[in-house]
Amino acid sequence: MGKHRRPHILVTGAAGALAQQVISRLKEDCDLVAIDFREQVYLGDDIPSYCIDFNKRVFEDLFRRYEFDGVIHLGRIQSSELTRMRRYNANVLGTQKLLDLSHKYGVHRVVVLSTYHVYGAVAYNPALIDESAPLKSAGLSADLIDSVELENLANIYLWRYPDLNITILRPCNIVGPGVRNSISTLLAGQNAPVLAGFSPMMQFIHIDDMADAIVKTYQKPTRGIFNVAPEDWVACQHALKLAGCRRIPIPSVPPIIPTVILRALKLRRFPSYLMAFFKYPVVIDGRAFAKEFNFKPKRPLKEIFRFYRDNKEPV
Amino acid sequence: MGLTSLIKSKLVSPALEEHVNRIQKPIGSLGYDPWGYNNEAIKYGFGLLKPIYERYFRVQAYGVEQIPSEGPVLIIANHSGQLPIDGLLIGYALASRKENPRIPRAMIERFFPTVPWLGNLLNEVGAVLGDPVNCAKMLANNEAVIVFPEGIRGSGKLYHDRYELKRFGNGFMHLAMKYKAPIVPVGVVGCEETIPAIANIKPLAKALGVPYVPVALPMVLPAKVHLNFGPPMYFDDREIPEEQVTERVEAVKAEINRLIDKGLSERTRLF
Repeated sequence: MGKHRRPHILVTGAAGALAQQVISRLKEDCDLVAIDFREQVYLGDDIPSYCIDFNKRVFEDLFRRYEFDGVIHLGRIQSSELTRMRRYNANVLGTQKLLDLSHKYGVHRVVVLSTYHVYGAVAYNPALIDESAPLKSAGLSADLIDSVELENLANIYLWRYPDLNITILRPCNIVGPGVRNSISTLLAGQNAPVLAGFSPMMQFIHIDDMADAIVKTYQKPTRGIFNVAPEDWVACQHALKLAGCRRIPIPSVPPIIPTVILRALKLRRFPSYLMAFFKYPVVIDGRAFAKEFNFKPKRPLKEIFRFYRDNKEPV
Repeated sequence: MGLTSLIKSKLVSPALEEHVNRIQKPIGSLGYDPWGYNNEAIKYGFGLLKPIYERYFRVQAYGVEQIPSEGPVLIIANHSGQLPIDGLLIGYALASRKENPRIPRAMIERFFPTVPWLGNLLNEVGAVLGDPVNCAKMLANNEAVIVFPEGIRGSGKLYHDRYELKRFGNGFMHLAMKYKAPIVPVGVVGCEETIPAIANIKPLAKALGVPYVPVALPMVLPAKVHLNFGPPMYFDDREIPEEQVTERVEAVKAEINRLIDKGLSERTRLF
């Protein structure tokens, strides 16, 4: 091992663009192991990469073999992927397994990536929601339950096992090159459905800035829950306009009409369970994170939307 | 683009543009703030409201210079007239004053964000969902916030109850104390006559999910409006029982009553 043992870090969700950005920032100084439940990705000769299900017994072998010091858990399966049941197994039970193993094998730093979706979009949301606000999402959509449950679980471990040093990050919309989530797909498309008459305030963070935020979080062991969002805001329809999308209004009242239309269309970029997020604002307050981790996003909104405008997918 | 610039040239004069740009607001790179205020939309709103304020309601605003030029401040007024016209007129009076203009934020009914187009439109010109967290965060941001402590009890009142103040909530006083924000009381006279209602169809309001459905003429009457701004009232942030908070609220209410009486005595005719 030697006197200066490089930190060993497990990064989950390795097939995603965000994990790869985080890996590229950490690989100089750390020994990384990348895993993903979806596919095995090649990340260079010096980074072992596995396609593995957290709930399988072989997962524990990784902890035995690599003696991890830290875990960066970015492998949350998004609500647009898989079925509810499989997502629950992976996100909730899989995370529990991951945290149990982390505790058993003496991991002393865990970063968990959550989402601002846990707050839930309702008409009565105040702006600049802080971390202590109730998580209304589970009561609003069955498709977001696993996201809230994942957080609850991480929270329980945060208090029960302080030595794990868990930090949970709740970022706003992560966008930018390579990001495959719903909002990024929506911005990248030629046509974007919108709810007629609704243009809630939204926040976007560039994938590079988010990767920086995760690395900064890993490097400073402050436990707790933090929103991550730049201090910049834009109305949803204005954002789509800047990204060069042709906006196609869907009738918005009574609410059952857009629900029926979106369920029938089954659009990945505009799923019916995220409809409320295109109707009511969920504006989070990222100031606590910015202060604690000395974080300042570098990519302005205009640059983000210019990227989408210049890189439209072929029709 | 042609149409947009045409509308802009008609509505937004260079003087108005300069006037609005002079007012510094904490906004992001695309001109928005977290509550949806938009620096461009406010110019259109301002341009549209100018003739309504000056020619339709012929508003007389007295003492608007008493609103501090900076720092958090709560502007507390009586609410009336079914639609939030009073909020718009108070906002315009402060935003258009020659010395140290400010664009205030108005706390609006919880029902508005659910209305397509209107909800966003109100947000863009500075109106914000009436939530204590919103009000607190805006005071922390040094905003001037317009609050109608009567809420829908005030705006939905019938014509025979005009100029009779309904119960005031205590929330605004707690916020004023916590954020050391002075309270500027305002007596609004004239808005009661803009949409005089003789009854409220409660079952229909319930069925539609709206606060009230007034029986009134389907138009806004051009009543002359008097706005009387009182001197700022300061309250310390001592820990006091709710009873004493209510006493402080009553003091503000009494001052608003005095300002309403002043407006009523100054008024020579309804229209």
